Amino acid sequence: MLLNASGCLDALVAPDVARGLDAFVTKTVTPLPRDGNAPVRIAEMDVGMLNSIGLANPGIDRFLTRMLPRLEQLGVPLWASVGGFETDDYADLCSRLDDYASVSAIELNVSCPNVETPAESTAQIVVAARLATRKPLWAKLSPAVPDIGEVAKAAQAAGADGLSLVNTIRGLKLDPRTLRPALGPGHGGLSGPALKPVALAAVATCYRATGMPIVGMGGIRTGLDALEFIAAGACHVAIGTTLFADPDAPARVRIELHAAARERGWTTYEDAYAEAHREALSVRTT
Amino acid sequence: MRRERLSVVANEQIGPYTLLRVRRGGIEPGLPGQFFMLEAPGRLLPRPMSLCLALVGELAFLIDPIGPGTQALCALEAGEQLHVLGPLGNGFDLDVERPLLVGGGIGIAPLPYLWERLGRPPAVLGFRSERHAEAAALVPSAQVCVEPTLVTELIPAGFDVLACGPEPMLEAVRAVAPAAQLAWEAPMACGYGACYGCAVEIDGVLMRLCVEGPVLRAA
Repeated sequence: MLLNASGCLDALVAPDVARGLDAFVTKTVTPLPRDGNAPVRIAEMDVGMLNSIGLANPGIDRFLTRMLPRLEQLGVPLWASVGGFETDDYADLCSRLDDYASVSAIELNVSCPNVETPAESTAQIVVAARLATRKPLWAKLSPAVPDIGEVAKAAQAAGADGLSLVNTIRGLKLDPRTLRPALGPGHGGLSGPALKPVALAAVATCYRATGMPIVGMGGIRTGLDALEFIAAGACHVAIGTTLFADPDAPARVRIELHAAARERGWTTYEDAYAEAHREALSVRTT
Repeated sequence: MRRERLSVVANEQIGPYTLLRVRRGGIEPGLPGQFFMLEAPGRLLPRPMSLCLALVGELAFLIDPIGPGTQALCALEAGEQLHVLGPLGNGFDLDVERPLLVGGGIGIAPLPYLWERLGRPPAVLGFRSERHAEAAALVPSAQVCVEPTLVTELIPAGFDVLACGPEPMLEAVRAVAPAAQLAWEAPMACGYGACYGCAVEIDGVLMRLCVEGPVLRAA
């Protein structure tokens, strides 16, 4: 499947872009409305882009009453991304969403670099969410940890159905003239090409550690980028920053992905699943 | 909104600015004050530019080469191609009785097209130097001032003001013309509501300038 990275598309403003995806992932919804961080919120760097949006969203009440009914009209499967500041927030959000048949999966954002991280561990959040909903749960992890494989195993043991890899990592840009932070809040989340090798490594590590279904994302610009994530162990891929520069990216990446797989002798891109690991195995055995 | 790869017709120097002219292709010019996302060669993100002139079969953008993206755009040569997305956002409301255009610096960018669409109304333009003021040639009938004279000193009473310029200028225009239409600027990654990067405070709430603006009522 081809998805968007959470927070990188507003399906209500750009419905045609959303319809080019196999599922639309909402911007992270929190218990209460959030205006987000003060401007300046984005900055381009030579290696990628920094954002410090700060989980701007209308809160779960307005999401359910005003946004979800309109999102349902799109005819695209919906994944709801949820975020909170303590374990109970996640449980409450999942419980509220559980009644809505139109929400086909929930992504637990436990890794936004632009808000204070929850005190509790990923595993505790997944356990609480698991008790609150029967829907598939995807834990979105940060690669900025000593051992993401251990975090993935903990999420798996806690009842997660899959992993979304990866969220952005914290970065800083200084204005070259003033040498002050370019973003209003100081630091931001780094995305784009610089994130790709970090994300690929996270996907490969978590695949080996858990064998779980993975949505791979981080710097995907082309179909070949997406195919690399499949080969590293992702079964789905998501496009983030590239959507900003190219709203036609879903259709383009899909065509390029199929072409890149065929050029390498596979019938479909799914045939390349975990290919990187098969190659590693053959090297070890010879 | 439509995205197409367009060919550069010419890049013309006007004072310190560059007028980038591209073939129109299937892209509509939209309303004055609406904007387009221009692919900046070699950069990750496109750059938002309002339309300066809707020439026959062409779109033209006035660009100030202040950073790597705008410098890459100004370095494009005839025949080279770039992706253009647009028109985007909300432009000026053209249903005004006594229009007066007010512009400052590179903020005059949308005014030549607006001037044509409104039937060549009076305009006042302010610049920081004589060299920058060469761009006033794009609005031939305009009254022009150079710092230390401020453009807001030239705004007569009784007009429907339509303005674009740096934030301090727009705040000053708002003070003397509370009903003015003001075209604001903010960093944007996408231009179509996806990135939430261009948030500005409107009536105490942070809203996306690309969706709600860039032209807003002053009051």
